[in-house]
Amino acid sequence: MTTTHSLTARRLSLSYGDRQVLSGVDVDILPGAVTAVIGGNGCGKSTLLRALTRLLRPTTGQVLLDALPLTDLPARQVARTLGLLPQSPTAPDGITVADLVGRGRTPHQGIFGQWSTHDHEIVARALSATGIADLAERSIDELSGGQRQRVWIAMALAQDTDILLLDEPTTFLDLPHQLEILDLLRDLNTARGTTIVMVLHDLNLAARYCDRLIALRDGRVAVAGTPDQVVTPAIIREVFDLESHVMPDPVSGAPMVMPIGRHRVLHRTES
Amino acid sequence: MVGETFYTPVEVARVIAGQSVPGASYTVGELRLPRTALAVLAGCAFGVSGVVFQTLLRNQLASPDIIGISSGAGAAGVVGIVFLHLGQAAVSGLALGAGLAVAGAIYLLSVRQGFGGTRLILVGIGVAALLQSVVTYSLSRAAAWDLPTATRWLTGSLNAASWPWVAPVAVVVTATVPAILLLDHRLAVLRLGDDLATGLGVPVRAVRISVIVAAVALIAVATAACGPIAFVAFMSGPIATRLIGPGGSPVLAAGLVGALLVLGADLLGQFALGTRYPVGVITGLLGAPYLILLLIRSRRIGAVS
Repeated sequence: MTTTHSLTARRLSLSYGDRQVLSGVDVDILPGAVTAVIGGNGCGKSTLLRALTRLLRPTTGQVLLDALPLTDLPARQVARTLGLLPQSPTAPDGITVADLVGRGRTPHQGIFGQWSTHDHEIVARALSATGIADLAERSIDELSGGQRQRVWIAMALAQDTDILLLDEPTTFLDLPHQLEILDLLRDLNTARGTTIVMVLHDLNLAARYCDRLIALRDGRVAVAGTPDQVVTPAIIREVFDLESHVMPDPVSGAPMVMPIGRHRVLHRTES
Repeated sequence: MVGETFYTPVEVARVIAGQSVPGASYTVGELRLPRTALAVLAGCAFGVSGVVFQTLLRNQLASPDIIGISSGAGAAGVVGIVFLHLGQAAVSGLALGAGLAVAGAIYLLSVRQGFGGTRLILVGIGVAALLQSVVTYSLSRAAAWDLPTATRWLTGSLNAASWPWVAPVAVVVTATVPAILLLDHRLAVLRLGDDLATGLGVPVRAVRISVIVAAVALIAVATAACGPIAFVAFMSGPIATRLIGPGGSPVLAAGLVGALLVLGADLLGQFALGTRYPVGVITGLLGAPYLILLLIRSRRIGAVS
């Protein structure tokens, strides 16, 4: 698969009632890269992601997919290029894993949902790529949180899009499962060149796993760039109002944030 | 074939084929056959309409006979017959208009919380109570000899069944049920929630509006013909889901379950007990315990929605 699709936002503003959530955001998603959107609570991360996937209509400005406004494109065509995993998706009661993952084929099928052998192959591939092939006939209700999240990602894989956006895919998972999901997404990016954009809370995991970071503050892009450019004490202070010490992550070499609170501090660094 | 006089299957078949059979032509052709046809068609309409609402609102309590759509159609039907003296087709049209108006009103009253949710159901129950009082008031002003009408609108009954009442239901069922089945696949995707459905390229709003209009038409016209037969819309979907499993589409199955429920309950009400009861009494006896069970269970889980 080639990743030639581009996703950009131009002067994107969005408000809920009186509250301005995004103000004039310009974003360029680098094709073929893994990008994380970071920032404090209520800075507009999720809103930006929802606007990028047309779940929210911007008040002003535009989201462009391959230089065309998202709102002008047919829904099914967008859905074949742009996949989306919302923050806490809900599954219908008692649905099986295979059934749910199969729903990912919707934009590729006719309106009656006819299945082709190609559809079956893609679903089988999505199940095995996420390591849940042996759970295919199980009901979603029986699965653990980590397994369930892999099912949702398998569904997004079955959608077979060049761009995949995920809203906090690691929330509510313990650390090993967080790493498992991030590894899985990295695999996907390496194997198929899928462009990945996700909202992440954990700065250190974002810096380690992502090629690009977009830091938001008060509905504006504070800074966007590589983890080395974005994760510095000055920018962390600007984005999060947080004093910190930044050092190379001994595991990956990516920048790692050591936050400095009011307690349990050996000595103040002037970095 | 059940009743005080016995006609052979051959005689019944000849009446259905349009031949004139002494005695049977009237009993079967004018009494039993329209009654059976109305039971099947209205039951199917109730079942499909109920399961569509339950699917779209992701809540078993959100069936149109509980959130006031049936009451709207019923109230319009009573007013149309008792005060305006309209014909069957006009009453069906009026009921349809009222059903859509009530659906719109309930939506507007509860829209602040987004589509679905407990608020919509509570508003709907309130609207249903209000409209039921319109029915009661209208009947209290109606002519005293209009007793069959009264039982029809209060409990749901097939006693008034005749071909002119069957026709509008037949037309609406043949028009909307295939249309809903065409959208069935997209309806199944909507069960994943608006966000995912949008992400999968389903035009959420368009699908939802067209399916809701179709479901309101079904429940309204069926209610105009035989009154709000209690709980059929509410029970058919869950029973169908239980029968076919959670993976499949319950729409067609719910229609069949609805038809069977009404047909079976009417047969029971007419012949199994000493006195003849309207069909709504029998379905009410079946449905009320189920509703209570559902309320107890949802309370235990912690929320209705």
